[in-house]
Amino acid sequence: MIHLKVLLSGNEAIARGAYEAGTSVISGYPGTPSTEIIESAARYPEIYSEWAPNEKVALEVAIGASLGGARAMACMKHVGLNVAADPLLTVSYMGIKGGLVIVSADDPGMWSSQNEQDNRHYARFAKVPLFEPSDSQEAKDFVIEAFRVSERFRTPVILRTTTRLSHTRTPVEEGERTEYSLPPDIVLEPSETVMVPAHARLRHPLVEQRLAALEEFGVTFDLNRIEPGTGDKGFITSGVAYQYVKEAFPDSPALKLGMVWPVPRELVRRFAETVNELWVVEELDPILEEYVRAMGLRVRGKDVLPVVGEYSVSLLREAVLGEKRTAFMPDPGLPPRGPVLCAGCPHRGVFYHLSRMKATVMGDIGCYTLGVAPPLSAIHSCTCMGAGISHAHGLAKAFGEEKSSSVVAVIGDSTFYHSGITGLLNISYNRSASKVIILDNSTTAMTGHQHHPGTGSTAMGEPSEAVDLERLVFSLGIKWIRTVDPYDLEQTGVALKALMQADEPAVVIARRECALLKHARRNPPFHVDQDLCRECGLCFRLGCPAITKDGSKAKINPVLCNGCSMCEQVCKFGAIGGAASGAKS
Amino acid sequence: MERRADNFVLVGVGGQGVVLAASLLARAFLEAGFDVKQSEVHGMAQRGGSVQSFVRRGETVRSPVVEPGSADVLVAFEELEALRYVEFVRKDGLIVVSRDQIPPLSVTAGKYVYPEDVLPKLRKRAQVIPVDAREISEDLGNVRMVNTVMMGALSALLELHEEVWYAALRSSVKYALDLNVKAFRAGRGSVLAG
Repeated sequence: MIHLKVLLSGNEAIARGAYEAGTSVISGYPGTPSTEIIESAARYPEIYSEWAPNEKVALEVAIGASLGGARAMACMKHVGLNVAADPLLTVSYMGIKGGLVIVSADDPGMWSSQNEQDNRHYARFAKVPLFEPSDSQEAKDFVIEAFRVSERFRTPVILRTTTRLSHTRTPVEEGERTEYSLPPDIVLEPSETVMVPAHARLRHPLVEQRLAALEEFGVTFDLNRIEPGTGDKGFITSGVAYQYVKEAFPDSPALKLGMVWPVPRELVRRFAETVNELWVVEELDPILEEYVRAMGLRVRGKDVLPVVGEYSVSLLREAVLGEKRTAFMPDPGLPPRGPVLCAGCPHRGVFYHLSRMKATVMGDIGCYTLGVAPPLSAIHSCTCMGAGISHAHGLAKAFGEEKSSSVVAVIGDSTFYHSGITGLLNISYNRSASKVIILDNSTTAMTGHQHHPGTGSTAMGEPSEAVDLERLVFSLGIKWIRTVDPYDLEQTGVALKALMQADEPAVVIARRECALLKHARRNPPFHVDQDLCRECGLCFRLGCPAITKDGSKAKINPVLCNGCSMCEQVCKFGAIGGAASGAKS
Repeated sequence: MERRADNFVLVGVGGQGVVLAASLLARAFLEAGFDVKQSEVHGMAQRGGSVQSFVRRGETVRSPVVEPGSADVLVAFEELEALRYVEFVRKDGLIVVSRDQIPPLSVTAGKYVYPEDVLPKLRKRAQVIPVDAREISEDLGNVRMVNTVMMGALSALLELHEEVWYAALRSSVKYALDLNVKAFRAGRGSVLAG
């Protein structure tokens, strides 16, 4: 059957690969640049796809499916694998049955991440093979290969992508789904699946043998290939960096590694013998390079290539050939346009007050991290999912209740379900009068509106039981709880003032759905009466992108305005009104 | 005026539909039988921030990234963003720009001034085709058609057959196809008439 090519992003291609490979279970947590894998997979009714509360749960779900004999996948962004590292390091020892593929989407350049970690380290750490595709066709094909290798060697396989692969659309030839038949019964052999010390001690030598067998396999594996060429320089490379190498040095020989770990040393040696100058071109850390050097080979790479950021064709030509390149340097005098809280964002109501209260705000991961931007400037830490709550507790314990009375943690609803629950449990158990604001916009907004345990719907669109957040917080031992609508600035201000004065662990839930949700309650755009505007600039302090300047008076862009009415509420001169004036629906 | 162009940079403000427009362009090239790569970053950058997308086509496309100074065409949905990314376009390239100014918060806050004389500044770099995309979009009764109007305008400048574009529209537009086709035709017509 002939199939026409379609344009798929790397993420869509991974989902397609999982579909064609007969995968039955996919679990993950949203995180840029990995999110669209599960969003795409959820459109195939043959695959059970879910959003788990966090990545650790997702990987454990996938392991469970694999132990039963099904093909399973867990998907996450690079920092998500930190959360899932605990099961990863031990499942490596276990005797999995159905193929188990873990997708880690790294983010060189930190387009949407808090760090730039190179997750190829995890392959070495966990002693498992790692595949790295270089375009969408390979992303699809490599998923299918990864399942085969996983089953043949009874090992989890990490498929690593980067932002530039995950978010680039390239032509893909689609194939049919091959159903993967489940075994008739679930048979678990405790020596393979119960990792008590006595069993694990027997498994570890097998893991080492497996790694040696995988290295040997990698020497003749199709995904690793020598592409002959001319010239004295030869390049070992993988992933998107391979594309840069092929465009920058089209005639040079290349060793393209599709399975990057374990390094097929024999193949590297063979390649090295054919070139005068051996190079390794890899984004981020010199993982391959150091390994090749440890083999006793002379190799070049990070002596001239950066360990930070993304590569490009001109970057390679400059580093290797000394050709001058023009880096992108926009005119520094141009007004910057950074990401901001959207017009109508419910978080704005909370940050407006926190900013005026000069609170010290322990932030977290989500849209609301943008509360750091001026003029709100009301976020003072951002570390990892769930960290803000625990940071607030730590500050309270170090400085005492009185000195830390201006400290408050903010966390989104999805992030709270991900990693905030345990932090709040700790506050209640170890008794600090820490204050927490849960910004409940009823979705996982930053990554593009994914469902979570509080939304009442699953990734596949099935109805589900929505968590009762107030009762959950109460059950964790918090007795002081207030719920407010952050669109109502007065009510929100009163609640936040009371929160900061509480002498016990206290939580405010600021609940209003994300303004960009399809079902969000919206008012028509507001407008400024130019005759009444006294140019006081108070509405500008909301930091709303829909409010612009017309001379020195305020003006509202009707295309952007979502009618939240906060500007109307802060205006002391009654200059701002809406079609449905005063409406807070 | 119709030309062969291989490297495109599309820029605008988050929410303007830059990425959708880029995927329409990429599909048109795929329909026409070319290899193509469309690349952008999203996530945090999306929220009202400056957005850029790359489209490259050819017999074989390797890197998904358009290098500074190598874009044959810069398509800008907003004037300040055109100025910000102007160095991506080759000196003999083309800048298709929507005559629209959206002041960022840095201007509202009084820290920066929105640049004046944008078009003359752009012309110092390359040939400029201004498009009244917002006006055309508003005339159609939907202010969110700017991206399709801009792609219609671009189509008048490229060698691809018109039918290829409509095939791409049909496969990439999920709702309001008729309105999108109208917007596309209006954008295309505005350049052909100009």
